[in-house]
Amino acid sequence: MDSLLGSNPTLASNPAYSFSKAPYNSAADNKEHAFYPYTDNGGSTLGITGEDFCIIAGDTRSTSGYSINTRYSPKVFRIGGDDETGEGAHIILSVVGFAADGTALKERLNAIVKMYKYQHGKKISVKACAQRLATILYGKRFFPYYVTAILGGLDEDGKGALYSYDPVGSYEREQCRAAGAAASLIMPFLDNQVNYKNQYLPGTGEGHDLEPRQALPLPRHDVEQLVRDAFTSATERHIEVGDGLQMLVMTKNGIEELYHPLKRD
Amino acid sequence: MNHLPQAWGRPRDDVYGPYDASYLQSGHPQTHTKSPIVTGTSVLAVKFQDGVVIAADNLASYGSLARFTDVKRLRPFNSKCIVGFGGDVSDMQYLDRLLNSLDVVENYSSEGHSLNAKNLHTYLSKVMYKRRSEINPLWNQMLVAGLDGDDKPFLSSIDLLGTTFSSPTLATGFGAHLAQPLLRKVADDESKVAGVTKERAIEAVKECMKVLFYRDARSLDRYSIAIITKEGGVELKEDEQLEGQSWAFAETIRGYGRTQEV
Repeated sequence: MDSLLGSNPTLASNPAYSFSKAPYNSAADNKEHAFYPYTDNGGSTLGITGEDFCIIAGDTRSTSGYSINTRYSPKVFRIGGDDETGEGAHIILSVVGFAADGTALKERLNAIVKMYKYQHGKKISVKACAQRLATILYGKRFFPYYVTAILGGLDEDGKGALYSYDPVGSYEREQCRAAGAAASLIMPFLDNQVNYKNQYLPGTGEGHDLEPRQALPLPRHDVEQLVRDAFTSATERHIEVGDGLQMLVMTKNGIEELYHPLKRD
Repeated sequence: MNHLPQAWGRPRDDVYGPYDASYLQSGHPQTHTKSPIVTGTSVLAVKFQDGVVIAADNLASYGSLARFTDVKRLRPFNSKCIVGFGGDVSDMQYLDRLLNSLDVVENYSSEGHSLNAKNLHTYLSKVMYKRRSEINPLWNQMLVAGLDGDDKPFLSSIDLLGTTFSSPTLATGFGAHLAQPLLRKVADDESKVAGVTKERAIEAVKECMKVLFYRDARSLDRYSIAIITKEGGVELKEDEQLEGQSWAFAETIRGYGRTQEV
């Protein structure tokens, strides 16, 4: 050992290195905080479909930390319509998470849906648009758009269609989905009130023999009320949700926009 | 082979003598500093019935040192819009050059039609988002104030991540915590903007600049203020003194190094 390391005066009693420093432990020594390209702008979104319509809603608060950036920053957008008014759009997209990525994603999908129409002379189907959105998201698999997207519209049969995504593009068609900061508060409510989870028909049996209540597509009025209830409750329990509720309702007659104030505290 | 992996591949000390470590680079890679150096603090702005008021103080700090005390952080773009910069001053100067060249190109290529505040905001947000996506951000938060395509008041924010948002009142940095709640008393909703007079908006902004000078240790009592209206264009005053300061409250402060009885 001495013959190998003893000639290094500073390290005579310790294992020696012939180079200047001990191994560099980046986790312990690196105090400089590198630039982090993401942030969370809070808020929540929610989509529910019915027999012949699709509703996507989102609160309009934008936050950074405990501060409110603005009380009106919409998270739900018309895709494939007029630049200013959104006229003629047939698809709805909501994005929640990192707002700058959300805007970038919305603008990309919007451009693609328009190019599709110019090139093929027909509007893109919701099914095709949903697949395309997944491809866009997966295309940035190693530097993702940090957003949870929900896409909605009417399918080939005129039925309400809703697709939900994760940030890297895995997607699924569903009846209802909540996303964003208060997703964990809203989703169980939806499971129970839209899909009638844990609801059983009284008097149909004992214990596990009870018959579950069958879920049916809900009428539009009921769905709108459910959305308002979901958001007023989420506003009570989550600090990043509030200010306003924006709802886009897609029917065969086009897209309607509704706005309801929420608590601003 | 010895049992110290750190020594593998290196000349043996017993054969060649101690290795001259000065030939080696230090153990870790050279990293680029990714933080602002010379910085500007808050920018404030309020919309009123026919325009926008925006203000920022004239200080550029070097850490806690008040380094440059006559730095103009409000940059007029044309007669319709102005940009207020917070954050890194050298990045501000880069953006200023970028906006200058944009202005030159626009003036040559467009006949009579000029970019409005909304266009400018879109341009800046794309620049900022592109740079953050390259992980090479411009370390600023900016407020764009002016008039949109319909000559309506326009006010919007952009930051180093490319995040954008718009509101009747906006404040960056420390002002987001101290001034924004005060400004929201003037106009907490887009619908209230029509009821806010120019005088009320100016008064509110000046009051907030005072509050910020009291409590923000990186602030100055010399500031710039601009009023943008359709009639008056951009009226920019770059060397204003904070008025009506009262430090009487200082007597009531206890703690923070002050003893209980002086």
